[in-house]
Parts: sequence; structure tokens; C-alpha cells
Amino acid sequence: MSLDIQKIRGLFPVLHQEVHGKPLIYFDNAATTQKPQSVLDALTKYYEHDNSNIHRGAHALADRATRYYEDTREAVREFIKARESAEIIFTKGTTESINLVAQSFGRKFIGKDDEIIISTMEHHSNIVPWQMLCEEKGAVLKIIPINEAGEILFEEFEKLLSKKTKLVSIVHASNALGTINPVKKIIDAAHAVGAKVLLDGAQSTSHLEIDVQALDCDFLAFSAHKLYGPTGLGVLYGKRELLEAMPPFLGGGEMIKEVTFEKTTYNDIPFKFEAGTPNIADVIAFKASLDFFKSIGKPAMKAHEDSLLAYANEQLKDIKGFIPVGTASDKVSVLSFNINGMHPFDVGQMLDAKGIAVRTGHHCTQPLMKRFGIEGTVRASFGVYNTKSEIDKLTEGVAQLARLKNK
Amino acid sequence: MSSIKEIQEEIVSEFEILGEDKESTIFYIMELGENLEAFPESERVDENIIKGCQSKVWLTADEVDGKVHYKADSNTDITKGLISLLIRVLNNRRPEEILKADLNFIERIGMGSIIGSQRSNGLSAMIKQMKLYALAFQTKQNA
Repeated sequence: MSLDIQKIRGLFPVLHQEVHGKPLIYFDNAATTQKPQSVLDALTKYYEHDNSNIHRGAHALADRATRYYEDTREAVREFIKARESAEIIFTKGTTESINLVAQSFGRKFIGKDDEIIISTMEHHSNIVPWQMLCEEKGAVLKIIPINEAGEILFEEFEKLLSKKTKLVSIVHASNALGTINPVKKIIDAAHAVGAKVLLDGAQSTSHLEIDVQALDCDFLAFSAHKLYGPTGLGVLYGKRELLEAMPPFLGGGEMIKEVTFEKTTYNDIPFKFEAGTPNIADVIAFKASLDFFKSIGKPAMKAHEDSLLAYANEQLKDIKGFIPVGTASDKVSVLSFNINGMHPFDVGQMLDAKGIAVRTGHHCTQPLMKRFGIEGTVRASFGVYNTKSEIDKLTEGVAQLARLKNK
Repeated sequence: MSSIKEIQEEIVSEFEILGEDKESTIFYIMELGENLEAFPESERVDENIIKGCQSKVWLTADEVDGKVHYKADSNTDITKGLISLLIRVLNNRRPEEILKADLNFIERIGMGSIIGSQRSNGLSAMIKQMKLYALAFQTKQNA
């Protein structure tokens, strides 16, 4: 079934504008997606009708806000097919979710000479928290190498696994290359040596059907703003038994059961990990994004995005000087490339002048760029509202720029 | 040799001809970079890199007959064009002239909206470094 893309575009007010006198072509969806009107309306409605601090409030507004907030938690549970909504913790974003695991699970369960495995293609937010933990604990960080296409070398990963491995923290889909990692195999292999697995789902959750129970991952981190939802909001999924065994991350209100000056007992999950007044408005509005996914269906969205990626590859591949970066066989709709003889910043700025929004640089994956021996790439990433005619504009732009340096 | 003020007027009128079209303006800036004096490979070292620029910019300065002679290079074409504008205005002048220079052409041509905020910060860093060189030569001359 093919989607009515024009109808979908109609739901996104931001898309209907000109930049530098040209119609906006938004190809920076891996950085953040645009928000449908329903999400904007949910935000406004909350502040106009329901604004109140949640939980413990003995009045109608507090009761309503609490109910809507918890409705989103249930919708997230359904979105990733978790066993129960208590396993869903709201955070500021993927970065905070990973740091929560590092600071809480890591500090308690990872010690001297223990090993943590990540891959070459991790975002800095899935590198630095582990480096900080390793430094503090005397633990060791191991890196899974990749091939030229940007795919993990699974047999090398297996060699890194041992009884010392306590955690494998791996990106589900690479933000810089689009590679989809074989996470089920990775999780099973890690579990076989007794290690836990955290999936960085920042890029995968918007494209792939996620079933945390079937995957059997121990943690999953992702952000709402890459799911056509509000900024400043993320999710950490964790298995109940792990979350219960982990100490709190932040101390304060909401996360306690009872406080005396002698001793504090902590609240149950998920509240134990949601200290302070949470981002109520954005959590409530996030439900509208999840409803947006439901209304269209992820498989149909992915089919459309895959067709855009295939079309873009086909159009661009024969341009003299076009260099794709990341050519894995299994990818989400991320197209990273360079133009021979041109700096990615310049390409990005020239495309911007044409109204085309792409991202340029190292994409917070400096070790990955180093692996490929490049400073950065130009990254076009496609969302459900993008079209083939927009890709034609990108192709024209890239061809024009490539001609400058590749005569 | 034209004054700093006169050269700035020239640049402003060149950009006025280009009009509002951002694309042709950026192409023009890129072309300007091609006029830069060749930068010696041996000077392409970390000590000559200007801090505060996203792209790499190398800048050196020599004193020739009491005047400051700049050489610069970058790994991106647009940045090269920007430096070439600064060099066109400030090159081969006495340190005190450079230090006094009010580079109003940048604002007058609306460079901020042409190149965006990241590159604008880089441009400010370049000007600062060029003035620092001038200050160093002035201090030496007055010693």
C-alpha cells in the first residue's frame, strides 16, 4: 500500500515555507524530525486546559495531567512492546538514558577489569559515558571493528566476548551511516556470556518495529524528538529486575517513598528514576506522535523511506565525484556522502542556499570518521514526508557542485 | 593603494550587484578564495591554526617594510573566500591602520545571514587573530 505523502505533508506546518527564497526541503530527519499539528495541538491544549503538577495532587487538573502523562507511558510500552509500563522511564533524551544506565547500573555492577563492549560506529553519547565509567572503576572499553561498508564484524565481536564482559552497549541503527546492526544476534551472543545489552535506539525506533521482549535487550534508549515528537524528552526502557536492582540516578522529589533525616527509602519503578517535576507537557504531547505512527503504520512508513533511499542512491551513484560513505546492505534512510574535492561544510552551505537542509560534519561520531579517514560527511536523512521530487532537487544540487571540482 | 574604507566600499558594491540570491553570493565567495596567494606547505602546521573556527584556517603574518603581510589558507572553499576578503582589506598596511580598521563591510553586506552563525563566529576569530598579529608588530616597532 502506498502512502498519500501530500496528505501527510499537510499535517506538518513547518514544511510549508521558503528558505532563501526556495521551497524548504528538509533532509535532516536523523538530527530531528518535524512535528505534526496534532503534537503542537497537544502541547497547547495541555497548557491551556490541563497544566498542573502530576501525581499527589488532590484536584481535578492534577488528576487529569497525571492520567494523560501515564497514558503516554502506556503508549510507549505498546510502541516498543515492553511487558509493563513500569519499565518505561522518561528522561531528557537518549543521552540522558545512556548516562542513567552508566551511572546507576554501571556504578553498581561494573568493577575493576570488567569489560564494556561498544562498536566503532557509536555516537559520542554511547562512548563518553562508558569512558567516564571505565576511568572511575578501572574497567576496560572494547571496540567492535567494522568493514569498509560500515558493517560490524560479527566474528570480531564474538572474539571480544568473555566472562569479563559485563555490558554490550550498541547502536541499533547508525546515525552517521544508516547501518542497521544485527542486534538480535548480538544480544543472544552477549547473554551467552552473562553480559547485559543496552541498545541505542535513537535512530532505529522511528523506522523499525521494535519488540523489546522478542529482542530480549536489557535496556533501550531513545528520544521523542526523532519520532515526530517534542524535544527534551527521551525514554529508557529497562527490564524490571534490573531497574529494581539499580540505585537511583538523581535524588529529589517524586523518587522517594519516605524521607527522614536518618534514612530515605525509594519509590518503586519507574518513579525511582524520575526525580523532580518531569517534562509533563512534552510527555503528554508525545502520545500524539505515537498515535501518528499508529495512524500510518511503521511498515508503510519504512517502505516509503526505503524507496526514497533506493531512489537517491540510484540517482546519485553515477555523478562523477560522488562518494557514498556507508554502504551496508541493511540500512535506515540515511545517505551519507562526500563530493570529491569539496569540504562537507561547503556542500552543506551550498545545498542550504538551494533550500535543502542537510547535516554536515562528523555527526558526533569522530572515531567512525577516523576509521574512514575522513573529516566528515554530508548527510541527507529521509522522513515519512519526503518525496522523490525533493530527491531530484538534491541530485541536481550535488551534480552541480560535483562538476565544479570533477571536470 | 586604496584606503581600507575605499576597499570596503568596493566590496559592498560588488555584493550589491549579486543582490539577494544566496546561491550566487556563496558561489562568488568561493571564487574569491581562488585569488588567495599560495600558502606554503611548511606553514600548514597546528601553531598557525586559528582557534574558534569550525573549518581549519591557517594564518601567518610577516612584517615587510613596516607593513603586515598576511598569508592564509583553509580546508574549505567558502572559508578561503572569506579570508581572501579580509586579506584584500587589511593586507600590506601599517599595524596601526589595521588595529584602527572598522570592518563594517561584513555587516553591510549581511554576511551573518549569508554564511550563518557558526561561520560568522569563525570570521570574528580570523579578524581577531589578524589584529593580534598587527598588535604584536606594532609593539615591536614601538619598542
